[in-house]
Amino acid sequence: MTSPITPDAWQAIGLTLKLAALTTIILLLVATPIAWWLSQTRSKWRAPISAMVTLPLVLPPTVLGFYLLVLLGPQGWVGMLTQGLGLGLMSFSFSGILIGSIVFSLPFAVQPIQYAFEAIGRRPLEVAATLRATPLDAFFTVALPLAKPGLLTATVLTFAHTVGEFGVVLMIGGNIPGQTRVVSTQIFGHVEAMEYTQAHWLAAGMVIFSFAVLLCLSLLKSRSDRVLP
Amino acid sequence: MTNAQALRLALSLQRQSFALEVDLELPARGVTVLFGPSGSGKTTILRCVAGLERAQGCVTIGDTVWQDDSRVNWTPTWQRDLGYVFQEASLFEHLSVQANLVYGIKRTNKPGGEAALKAATTLLGIEHLADRDTTSLSGGERQRVAIARALAMQPKILLLDEPLASLDSARRQEILPWLERLHNELSIPVLYVTHAMEELTRLADHVVLLDNGRVKVEGSVSQALSDSIFASHAGSEAGAVLAGSVAEHDNAYNLTCIDVSGARLWVRQKELAVGTAVRVHIHASDVSLALTEPCDSSIQNKICGVIESINDDAHPASCLVGIRYQDQRLLARVTRKALVTLGLTVGTAVWAQIKSVALA
Repeated sequence: MTSPITPDAWQAIGLTLKLAALTTIILLLVATPIAWWLSQTRSKWRAPISAMVTLPLVLPPTVLGFYLLVLLGPQGWVGMLTQGLGLGLMSFSFSGILIGSIVFSLPFAVQPIQYAFEAIGRRPLEVAATLRATPLDAFFTVALPLAKPGLLTATVLTFAHTVGEFGVVLMIGGNIPGQTRVVSTQIFGHVEAMEYTQAHWLAAGMVIFSFAVLLCLSLLKSRSDRVLP
Repeated sequence: MTNAQALRLALSLQRQSFALEVDLELPARGVTVLFGPSGSGKTTILRCVAGLERAQGCVTIGDTVWQDDSRVNWTPTWQRDLGYVFQEASLFEHLSVQANLVYGIKRTNKPGGEAALKAATTLLGIEHLADRDTTSLSGGERQRVAIARALAMQPKILLLDEPLASLDSARRQEILPWLERLHNELSIPVLYVTHAMEELTRLADHVVLLDNGRVKVEGSVSQALSDSIFASHAGSEAGAVLAGSVAEHDNAYNLTCIDVSGARLWVRQKELAVGTAVRVHIHASDVSLALTEPCDSSIQNKICGVIESINDDAHPASCLVGIRYQDQRLLARVTRKALVTLGLTVGTAVWAQIKSVALA
């Protein structure tokens, strides 16, 4: 009996993990300053920026994917820019779905980190200032370590959310094996081709993976901020 | 008086329900207590000195200017050479006690940081806590670590914002002796915010009474406490602080005699060496007045003096009488009726009988 998971599927799994890992790393770097700004600012721009960041949470992935496709495509600003720079087009490529994933998972990274920063309050940073820490120093030595539970939640959520995304990838990346075909689109392909056995293996794998991720998250939380003893 | 390290503050701040307007020059040494009810602006002043809040005006310590709005001069908190202890435990919970203690020293880059840290931990009796986790400390221990952390930086001034307010009374009694030690051994000025009379009488050298963002009374602790405005603010806790020294012990009756400018006051025996300088706190309500020396009273402590002032008390039935004797001043709370019956006026010589004397 041949393996139920085809080489194509292995390729899709590899690509999915690569996409999720890169998205998570980039998003942590992007989301942390945004979350910090949102948690500290009294600017009038806070509310609109906060709404913008949360938008991907409520928009259908097809809407998001559609606009990104237009933007990255030959007639879009970004598309024209990348072409002008001789980089070609990002639509229907790995970098395209990477950008899509980053935008799509932005609220999942920003919100837990923002809540963690807000929970710390101003006091520890005031203490740091009276102990001669510059604002940047205080951010790295006090705010970030104290926000660790939020950063962990953001990491896990972003990774899992990216692994589970479908619509945006399909809209921007199509379903090109080795480039933009991830597990979720691979399953879609199997189902379209009536290959239910293969679809089952991948789908069950996704269920187990997602459950494990949420279990980890729950265990993490129960250790860090449980109310009951 | 020109003072190399004196702290000068001129601050004004307008908020919806609160206005602060103070102009103070505070001594370069000793503990200055900012006293007053909550909402009187004590903590706001402290935060302005630290640069955590910004009011209009200027803040200078010695010849260092931290804020001068007339010259658009503003030093951010992290560049001000000060130590600050917050009301609630403000240790970094992600760091060990030791890491908390060295957090400030690492950033000041002053010579002798190690020695200063050692001196601070010894002074506050926390050497044995260095390896502990911050979360395993009691409230009192946390505050002592926080004070040592601030002191270890060898700051120009130490700011304490109600350091005992978040502790229960047992913990407060546990930490007060350490603060008294601090008071005796520190050579930098300390600004101490509190609304607790006990902390004031035990720690203050200099007192600023604040009410509604304005200075009502300012002066040395003995001057301020015997001031009638201060007394009316202190209400039932009004009283005087007198400086004296231990004169002798009476082991048979378990008493200690305190010499206060010639007058001898007996208090419950305390293990203090003869000659030790102490201060006694005498509540105005514990003092009664007589025209002749009372010899058949159970009250043994008495001082002969002259009435210097008579002021209104919070309740119209009573008044506060200030009695001067030598260079000290006592406060007595007596009824207006007694005042008239005995014919007491300013200048009358009286015997003040003191029902209870507390060593502050």
